[in-house]
Amino acid sequence: MNKLPAGLFNISYREDRQIFHTKFIRFWMVILLILIITGPFFLNGYLLSLADLTGIAIIGALGLNILTGMAGQISLGHGAFIGVGAYASALLTSRLGISFWLALPMAGFVAAAVGLFFGIPSLRIKGLYLAIATLASQVIIIFTIVHWRSLTNGTSGILVPSPNIGSFEFDTDRSFYYIIFGVLVLATLYARNLFRTRVGRAFIAIRDNDIAAEILGVNLFRYKLLAFFISSFYAGIAGSLWAHYITIITPEHFTMVVSINYLAMIIIGGLGSVLGSIYGAIFITLLPEFLRVIAGSLNGIFPDIGNALGALREIIFGLTVILFLIYEPNGLYHRWQMIKAYWKLWPFNY
Amino acid sequence: MRNLHLNFGGVNALFDVSLNIQEGEIYAIIGPNGAGKTSLLNSISGLYHPQKGEIYFNGKNISRLSSYKRAQLGIARTFQNIELFKGMTTLDNLMLGAHTHIRSGALLGGIYFGPAEKEEIRQRKFIEDIIDFLEIEPIRHEVVGTLSYGFQKRVEIGRALALRPKVILMDEPMAGMNIEEKEDIARFIIDINEEWGMTVVLIEHDMGVVMDISNAVCVLDFGKKIGEGSPEEIRDNPRVIQAYLGEEAVI
Repeated sequence: MNKLPAGLFNISYREDRQIFHTKFIRFWMVILLILIITGPFFLNGYLLSLADLTGIAIIGALGLNILTGMAGQISLGHGAFIGVGAYASALLTSRLGISFWLALPMAGFVAAAVGLFFGIPSLRIKGLYLAIATLASQVIIIFTIVHWRSLTNGTSGILVPSPNIGSFEFDTDRSFYYIIFGVLVLATLYARNLFRTRVGRAFIAIRDNDIAAEILGVNLFRYKLLAFFISSFYAGIAGSLWAHYITIITPEHFTMVVSINYLAMIIIGGLGSVLGSIYGAIFITLLPEFLRVIAGSLNGIFPDIGNALGALREIIFGLTVILFLIYEPNGLYHRWQMIKAYWKLWPFNY
Repeated sequence: MRNLHLNFGGVNALFDVSLNIQEGEIYAIIGPNGAGKTSLLNSISGLYHPQKGEIYFNGKNISRLSSYKRAQLGIARTFQNIELFKGMTTLDNLMLGAHTHIRSGALLGGIYFGPAEKEEIRQRKFIEDIIDFLEIEPIRHEVVGTLSYGFQKRVEIGRALALRPKVILMDEPMAGMNIEEKEDIARFIIDINEEWGMTVVLIEHDMGVVMDISNAVCVLDFGKKIGEGSPEEIRDNPRVIQAYLGEEAVI
């Protein structure tokens, strides 16, 4: 399936392990990077805000994909872990006056510690039962945030300052874009590298066959907790970015719907694939906007469609997930691989 | 291994079984279905914890160790029903076998360039020796879930070898194979034992193979050991003949 182009011969193990095999791909990756860097100068405010939201969603989805897609531990609490990161970052900066640049990794570690704690049941339970246990973590965390008023200000939320370097404030979509995409590039590279080394292999082994993994010397408990740790760290980073981007956070930002949205992202994008997380996060973040545009253009024909939009969005969202589960359970990533494989063999694909 | 007792509820899977496996042997365990052969291997590799009795490995009592620690000590195994990581490539399956020989953790692995890459490449060289030995070069980059049964069995042996164990426990490595494939596997087992210097513990039903390649044989029946010795001794042991080889042995 993952075919290399004809005429490409890897003559060292190092070459064989590369992520980008050909000059062609490397060239286009550079072009992509240049587009990402120069993008904000071409995009208008609305598109930029979409790009920012997508970037944050990708970081969160990468985290969940490490836990659920790679290590096979289903989590319904990802939204809450993002919330922990957001609140940690918000409190650190607004109450203690710590700079955003320190608060960002600290928020990651706070969320990771909480994730570690809620990951402990994973040693004993798996599959659906673990999903319910993580659902409990979602409920407990949000309950705590809502009711611990002295710390979190309850449902009225917290105002979060924008990050700054000296006197330069990152308070526009454009300036924040660079923070998000800097972090995003690091997060993507880390996840991709994790996949091709020992820890990532151990995660996949646990997903595919936990007994065999243990027989081969993988300490299950340790690696499951590590998966929760890394995943929640990503969630914390995404939460921190979210908090400083939106600049006001309330518990409603981190409900179970968010957790399920993230789960939908990785299912639609492709479980256990870094690229899949990216495709899925883009798809799910842009789907509502896409539907809005369609509704807007149909307004002339069906004048009331704008009112029906709310219900329609939920229905189409659900329908998309179901259709993906039936027709492309391996996600967008797999579909893209198939398309590439088709064209590599075309026109002699027999 | 001394006085092993293992029971599930009221069922005695193993009753007072004692074995002594010498270093460098090919040790075969035979017996009718449900005799407790696989339970015995599971007890050695730590999937089951016997209620009574002790297991010693190189003079060390390992009865209370969890299975991943036993793997680190050098006990590897293959399964009767293939237990591979189906979503991974052959290469990744073998690399996972070398898990205990790689040090880089989540931090170094995530950074990748530097120590982690060097380590991966060093392991890769060793893994390629195994691939070469088992003649599975063409399927190196194939996802194992898509491979044929015979190849999957080989990949599983390779994965156990990648652990570089002192003892390799094989649960029916030749089940469901034709004579030619069985000969291949038998040759691999002998090479593993002689060239790689690993002790092999083998469960096998094909008496011809057992008699040919093993140095010592143990016979189980209903969880009890009813005979142990060289293949010739086992062949002439009346209790074994009665329980397993058939009453009217024509040997």
